[in-house]
Amino acid sequence: MNEKKREPLLHISKRPEMPWYYIWGVRIISVVLALLVCSVICVVMTGENPLSIYSTMIKGAFGSPRKTWVTFQDVAMLLIISLAVTPAFKMKFWNLGGEGQALMGCLASAACMILLRDVLPNWAIILCMIVASTLAGALWGLIPAVFKAKWNTNETLFTLMMNYVATQLVAYFCIFWESPKGSGKIGIINQSSEIGWLPVIGGQRYLLNILVVAVICVLMYLYLYYSKQGYEISVVGESQRTAQYVGIKVEKVIIRTMLISSGICGIAGMLLTAGTNHTLTTTLVDGRGFTAVMVSWLAKFNPLFMILTSLLLVFLDRGAGDISSKFGLNKSFSDILTGVILFFIIGSEFFITYKIHLRKRAAKEVQLHV
Amino acid sequence: MKKFLALVLAMLLCLSSVAALADRAPVALENLKVGFIFLHDENSTYDLNFINAAKEACDKLGVAYVMKTNIPEGQECYDTAAELVDDGCNLIFADSFGHESFMIQAAKEFPEVEFCHATGTKAHTEGLSNYHNAFATIYEGRFLAGVAAGLKLNEMIEAGTITPEQAKIGYVGAYPYAEVKSGYTSFFLGARSICPTATMEVTFTYSWYDEAMEKEGAQMLIEQKDCVLISQHADSMGAPTACETAGVPNVSYNGSTVAACPNTFIVSSRINWAPYFEYIIGCMVNGEAIAADWTGTIADGSVELSAVNEQAAAPGTVEKIEEVKAGLADGTIKVYDTATFTVAGAPLTSYLADVDDMGDFVGETEVVIDGEFAESEFRSAPYFDINIDGITLPEGM
Repeated sequence: MNEKKREPLLHISKRPEMPWYYIWGVRIISVVLALLVCSVICVVMTGENPLSIYSTMIKGAFGSPRKTWVTFQDVAMLLIISLAVTPAFKMKFWNLGGEGQALMGCLASAACMILLRDVLPNWAIILCMIVASTLAGALWGLIPAVFKAKWNTNETLFTLMMNYVATQLVAYFCIFWESPKGSGKIGIINQSSEIGWLPVIGGQRYLLNILVVAVICVLMYLYLYYSKQGYEISVVGESQRTAQYVGIKVEKVIIRTMLISSGICGIAGMLLTAGTNHTLTTTLVDGRGFTAVMVSWLAKFNPLFMILTSLLLVFLDRGAGDISSKFGLNKSFSDILTGVILFFIIGSEFFITYKIHLRKRAAKEVQLHV
Repeated sequence: MKKFLALVLAMLLCLSSVAALADRAPVALENLKVGFIFLHDENSTYDLNFINAAKEACDKLGVAYVMKTNIPEGQECYDTAAELVDDGCNLIFADSFGHESFMIQAAKEFPEVEFCHATGTKAHTEGLSNYHNAFATIYEGRFLAGVAAGLKLNEMIEAGTITPEQAKIGYVGAYPYAEVKSGYTSFFLGARSICPTATMEVTFTYSWYDEAMEKEGAQMLIEQKDCVLISQHADSMGAPTACETAGVPNVSYNGSTVAACPNTFIVSSRINWAPYFEYIIGCMVNGEAIAADWTGTIADGSVELSAVNEQAAAPGTVEKIEEVKAGLADGTIKVYDTATFTVAGAPLTSYLADVDDMGDFVGETEVVIDGEFAESEFRSAPYFDINIDGITLPEGM
């Protein structure tokens, strides 16, 4: 066995911290490449002019004041759930239950709107709704957090399963409160009386949601980067042993962080039900609990960058919707374009963090990482 | 008194649509733009049925149109409707029951635009002149499909494969909702008009589209409930494929499933929406009011039966269907003839249906008129929700 081991063709090593212009250069190149590949796909598969497809995307997201408002409302809703899951992620607690936690918030709000409409004045109902939806979301995060902290169960599977339980609970209550009988649909709750609806400010029905999320975004940034608790989260995320060594109660941090994380999801659910939709369906959160994972990761857990990443994802989605109706293409086509663009953007992070060496050069390197 | 009340209500209904006639000027064909809102895309048989009809009607009349697919039953429906208005649409249609409240919200905000909605229940009580419901007398189509099922049961009895008492039909329904109940009851009455010993067992999936659940439902009915023929009211291929695998005859819905089920598919009924789309476009162009409730029929082409699959159907099915269809048309045969069924052992002489859907679940409209349950008479969406004898529901219902 004295045969010399053959070097593999490629080596991958970690880069040192790169200057900002390099990082952004790679990102911009990747977006340009993504657009080029999408153009080729457009031309080959549909024969449409790619420029007109791109301009349709922009018009689809920002083509009119109304479209722009809806786009920002969607950004706000995706952003708040992304913000919510972030503290848990920073702690390396993989909370994939944002969907269910937000749905529980929706359910709690709908319950307040339906059960309290003849009992309490409107302001009291809204107050109850805020408390109830936060608690409902928090409860849905607390259960897996306690199990993780006490018995070290797998939080990924646990939070995922809780999504299904929440969906089924909502499905049950959709039938319980259905109108008309047997339809399994609730429709708009309190459509004529508007009891329990969050107020419309400035004549713009989405403005309140957007402002609430903006405030939460800033608070989350301050919490994560400038508070003692935020620092504890980072330490627990880096190494639980180090955290224990310096005297941080890891169990407490896990449970506290998950309560914050899932409580904000509950508030997101309330904004969805009482702020805009005024109904309850199993699809109300619309997969945002999962998209939020990508938003949070792409932004490297920085709340301010998340504004950009959630805007990007919402823009792609809204723009893509218009492509399918304008060019008579299936929505799958726009999903393909979105997939290509995301692939390149996520891929660019690889080239920022790692370096690829070809065999010849790699042989000279002293330290090799595979 | 009840008849008088019914009459007054019917007149109110007419008046409300006449009131709408007042103001709208005709829209020139080239200025007309129709916006369509669909719950899913063409991968769902339910939406495909609407999409095809929309294309057919608009292309035939040369009208510009925009289609929005995959619009959930939430605020997105309102947003999409509003965006379609911004986009210059003056007629907007949505296809799913859960879209209704959001369409009403949009109709209130944009009084100059007409909003039409299939399967909804609220147009006649909302009092909006620009919001309209539509449905079709699909119960007649299902009755005819039931006739084909009855002939098949008779064939099995004559061949000795089953005894008359074993002539049991299985039915996979979505929700225990009036639309579904009206559907399976008319289907059953059609079958029993041919095979008097027929009975039926129903199961619900609690979803409009769940292939696995529909398949399991059909299998359960075949294996555990000894059903010898299956029909369904849900939108996937679950039940038809389960039947093909088990070799049990199937009466389908929303369109022919003969390609996937050549040995077991008998016939299928469906609503053709093209006549409705042509009607509302015509109203726009002529400046006429759109009815608050529009009910399509066999006569106007809204209710259709697919071609009968001779390989699975009993001989003479095509002729018998034609005969019964003629009977329905001239009124000698009525689907919900109260002489043909009983409720808890007694004939039905009076029934207050919840036609005005005010969220109270209280029936207010007498719908048994002249020995017939007057389905789709007081509003377009079905309201027959009675459990009749001969049909077994899941336990506890």
